[in-house]
Amino acid sequence: MAYRWKNDLTQADVTPKSMFLNRRQLMGGAAGLGLAAAAGGARAQGALEPNTLEEIRTYNNFYEFGTGKEDPARNAGGMVIDPWSITVDGLVDNPGEYSLASLLDGLTEEERIYRFRCVEAWSMVVPWNGFELADILAKVGVKPEAKYVAFETTVQPDVMIGVQRRVIPFPYVEGLRLDEAMHPLTMLATGIYGEPMAKQNGAPIRLVVPWKYGFKSIKSIVRISLMEEEPPASWNIINPREYGFYSNVNPTVDHPRWSQASERKIGGGLFATRQDTLMFNGYEAEVASLYEGMDLNEFY
Amino acid sequence: MQVVGGINTGLRKVPAWLVYLAGLGWAAYLFWLGLSNQLGPEPINTLERLYGDVAIKLLILGLAVTPLRKWPGLNLMKFRRAIGLTAFGFVLAHFLVFAILDVQTLERVWTEIVKRPYVTIGMAGFLLLIPLAVTSNNLSVRKLGGAGWRKLHKLTYAAALLGAVHYLWLVKGFQIEPVVYTALIVGLLLTRIKWSRARAVFA
Ligand code: HEM
Repeated sequence: MAYRWKNDLTQADVTPKSMFLNRRQLMGGAAGLGLAAAAGGARAQGALEPNTLEEIRTYNNFYEFGTGKEDPARNAGGMVIDPWSITVDGLVDNPGEYSLASLLDGLTEEERIYRFRCVEAWSMVVPWNGFELADILAKVGVKPEAKYVAFETTVQPDVMIGVQRRVIPFPYVEGLRLDEAMHPLTMLATGIYGEPMAKQNGAPIRLVVPWKYGFKSIKSIVRISLMEEEPPASWNIINPREYGFYSNVNPTVDHPRWSQASERKIGGGLFATRQDTLMFNGYEAEVASLYEGMDLNEFY
Repeated sequence: MQVVGGINTGLRKVPAWLVYLAGLGWAAYLFWLGLSNQLGPEPINTLERLYGDVAIKLLILGLAVTPLRKWPGLNLMKFRRAIGLTAFGFVLAHFLVFAILDVQTLERVWTEIVKRPYVTIGMAGFLLLIPLAVTSNNLSVRKLGGAGWRKLHKLTYAAALLGAVHYLWLVKGFQIEPVVYTALIVGLLLTRIKWSRARAVFA
């Protein structure tokens, strides 16, 4: 089931290791192209310029390691990521504790270049390496009653300063509706730019859901549970008025803290201009049908 | 109190304009860090926060001048106006980064101010500081009279409190810094309440 969504990339476009720190021009994928053309915006070319590895590794939200953007890079070093196992439970045919290798064994790794939009109104473009979540779910066998997937982040209090300070309740949890989880765009990523995932980016394995605000893309996953009921989601519990369960990128649904109509892409320096935020973060053509008939003002 | 006396003697030789110079220099230095790509991947938000942070610290320092003179006897009176005006300068810089570099259009500045409670509160603090900054000169003190001037400048507490609430409101999750700043401001305010009069009222 891999390769259900394609970047408009050839092998030649994949950045040579020596050029990680140089910006490059890449196409945002055929679907992205069509959409951008429809939107008629400044990004009509569909060109996606990935952020540098350094930007991606030094500007992070990972509250387990502190609330400053530079804290995770500074404090995540002590997190133990090897060995790593993931508990798969709930409504699955093959529950159990899987080692990372056994969970991913036999699956196809892909590079996906996605826009990444934080609810704080900044954004990046990230070249992820990883696997379609659907492939992993197929492997563990989803029972027909299952309607949602829940995820949980590791808690290692000894090395997590944010956990010690109880910044928010831990473990961090997130969830998706099953159809969102099975969508071709949804992936579990294990690397960026062909390098193993840095700890501050959610090593060794994290969720990536490019049409939702970044906090949905939960990091350093230790549990995946299939459920019949909507699972709890951390920010939704902390402040339900500000963070909905769906949290789809939507420029027309305003957030009490940040206007969601525009965003600033990281890396533009002191005079970076804002750009308009795209519906579903630019993946409207791919995902809008998931929400047909739903009032997105209510299910924000 | 030997040490404090020594500091007071030393400070007598320091001209107050050095405070303005240091403030201006620091603000320019932070801006230059942003310009030269040394404030991380998102220099706009970082600069905005750095200016806000200096602003609230200087507001607190300004409020601490009188209590510090009572105990432990440190005399910073000579610098108080300069500290207050420099604090205002940083709030102004903070606002300008917000308006020009961050949200970028007048329309968005307005929406942010009316829509986001934490910005509304910050704006209220900023507006309160304007009459104080305008009257921080000898002529105004003379025109208003000592008592009137002091009364007006009690607004500093309100402005600082609004700044602190602004900070409390904008952070996500539990963070210690805004709590500490708020506690300091409330503590300083308590030192200024005339307890004998308060007791009379509540007796
Ligand atoms: C008395 C006046 C003010 C004080 C003392 C103040 C202080 C602060 C402080 C301490 C911070 C956080 C710094 C940090 O995170 O280290 C901050 C952030 C901020 N302030 Fe202010 N501020 C004031 C007025 C304003 C005004 C007038 C505006 C805009 C109209 C404003 C907009 C902001 C914004 C947008 C942030 C950053 C929020 C974010 O990063 O999400 N502030 N301010």
